[in-house]
Amino acid sequence: MSNFPNYAMRSNKPVAWRAIRHRLLKIAGAILALGAVLPAWAQLRIEVTSGVTDPVPIAIVPFSRAVPADGGLDVAQVIQHDLEGSGRFRALQRGKMPATPTQPSAVVLADWKNAGEDYIVVGRVVPVEAGNLAVDFDLLNTLTGQRVAGQRFVGTPGALRNAAHRVSDVVYEKILGIRGAFATRIAYVSVDGQPPTQKFQLIVADADGENQRLVLESRYPLMSPAWSPDGQWLAYVSFENKKSAIYVQLVRTGERRQVSARAGINGAPVWSPDGKKLALTLGGSSGNPDIYVLELQTQTLTRITNDPAIDTEAAWAPDGKTLFFTSDRAGGPQIYRQGVNEGDRPKRITFTGNYNARPRVSADGTQLAMVTLDGGNYRIAVQDLGNGTVRVLSKGHLDESPSFAPNGATLIYSEREANRAELATVSVDGLTGLRLKAEQGEVREPAWGPFAQ
Amino acid sequence: MRKILIILMVAAALSSAGCKSNKPKPGPSSQTEVGGADSAGAGSDAANAGNVGSDDETAGPQGGLLAKRIIYFDFDSSDIKGEGTDVVAAHAKYLASHAGTRVRLEGNTDARGSREYNIGLGERRAQAVRRALLLQGATESQLATVSYGAERPAVAGNDEAAWSKNRRVEIVYLAPGGQPAVVQPQR
Repeated sequence: MSNFPNYAMRSNKPVAWRAIRHRLLKIAGAILALGAVLPAWAQLRIEVTSGVTDPVPIAIVPFSRAVPADGGLDVAQVIQHDLEGSGRFRALQRGKMPATPTQPSAVVLADWKNAGEDYIVVGRVVPVEAGNLAVDFDLLNTLTGQRVAGQRFVGTPGALRNAAHRVSDVVYEKILGIRGAFATRIAYVSVDGQPPTQKFQLIVADADGENQRLVLESRYPLMSPAWSPDGQWLAYVSFENKKSAIYVQLVRTGERRQVSARAGINGAPVWSPDGKKLALTLGGSSGNPDIYVLELQTQTLTRITNDPAIDTEAAWAPDGKTLFFTSDRAGGPQIYRQGVNEGDRPKRITFTGNYNARPRVSADGTQLAMVTLDGGNYRIAVQDLGNGTVRVLSKGHLDESPSFAPNGATLIYSEREANRAELATVSVDGLTGLRLKAEQGEVREPAWGPFAQ
Repeated sequence: MRKILIILMVAAALSSAGCKSNKPKPGPSSQTEVGGADSAGAGSDAANAGNVGSDDETAGPQGGLLAKRIIYFDFDSSDIKGEGTDVVAAHAKYLASHAGTRVRLEGNTDARGSREYNIGLGERRAQAVRRALLLQGATESQLATVSYGAERPAVAGNDEAAWSKNRRVEIVYLAPGGQPAVVQPQR
């Protein structure tokens, strides 16, 4: 039995509810003001765009339900979406299932093997103490009869979807050997309309696009959301005062703090791996953007770059001692690496093509994702930081803002065609991808949050 | 290739805001609306109902080149060219003879490339116009710059017709008593 923090919230619950009630009183005006504008962000549609040629055949049998505490959530369906969305699994349609067992003892392996399935997942949602729900599941190999995994996740009914994603994480890891990143969140910016009636929204959702929550809304640009390493805070740029400023905001409560509203550009915030600092871009009144590091507790500012070119879009290496950034000091934008200690010198690291920008580093520090100009198209590329090999992963015309999943296996980015912008993912091996389309307006600048702690 | 089309329904935030449903959603309690007419910003999560227009702006001078407020740029360039040169000269002359008048120079780029880098490019354009105005008689205290990068396009679309209209600096005349030209750190 495993209790994970996000789903095993019994001890935290009273605190959480107190906080929520308190906030409700304070923001009554905001809810009224938002009123009619909520539906625009209410729907995203997922479309699998590519998958491997030999996906793993798996049957995810409907779980036994806990009516009505489960709120009607179809746990097996959530798991199926996750696994099929990864492009590496092919799930058996329910109408073709030979039976609907919910206990491993009730599974007749030969039936599932004959149906062409290598694996079968069975499970149960059951009420447990204190109004909580438990999700029990078993993953069986139909060829060997081995019980590959079996686990229980306990939590509040409201966290049931998160529990389903955690089952997906386990199944994915047990079969493919890579930690799953389904029980994670993304932040992104949604934009609807044209100036002067443009509407910007900062939204947080589950990694599958579900469970969306509006974090912030403004008539002026919202940009560059970035997660804190603990997944609790977002840093972002807001032009709400008709000039740029950087804020950090606690996602759960909405509490926020302005951390930089200096003259000129305040941009591109990214959290250090220890969560204590932001690397950011400041332009000053002379308009020359350079990279700085801001200590959040003390507001101490350290200048990292000092060059008349545009230096921006910093990304931390996981060691917390090195920054990657975009600079056009050599003409067009290229990516440079520089230590954060005084006296460290920048070193150019991209040499393929004349446009490489917006770096992001994988959690293991081995891969660099970026926007690259590839034959007239802006695309997402990954450079191996060991041997320098560059691979272009996306196929669009105007792709931007790559962000690594915390397992390093997948990137999320935004792509634009005609007047639309949507989110897309691509696996770092280039084999699988999916698209998250907004029903209305543009969605862009996705930032993939960390693993739940 | 298989396609999965799923309409992802999301519970309306308002309906779940106050009720003790089986899906506690902290979302609604964390909504914040900003960018309104009198948004305070600093450390606040102030909500502002009824956002209305361009509070700090004014119509500014009219007639001839002064009626033109937009300077266009070539791709990846911050060089003021052609009619833009004359437009800048006209506004410089006006500002030089109206010392109390202030403008905000809003730099913009087309949609291509990465967003924060485009903020840098838009700032470079705004600074080019600022320098040209200073050289022709405007003073520092009359001029503020902001770069919106690719965030506030004049024309929607992802083709050269739209892009050429979006690579621009807008000269925005400010109402007296508006924000100061240079904003100091608030923390």
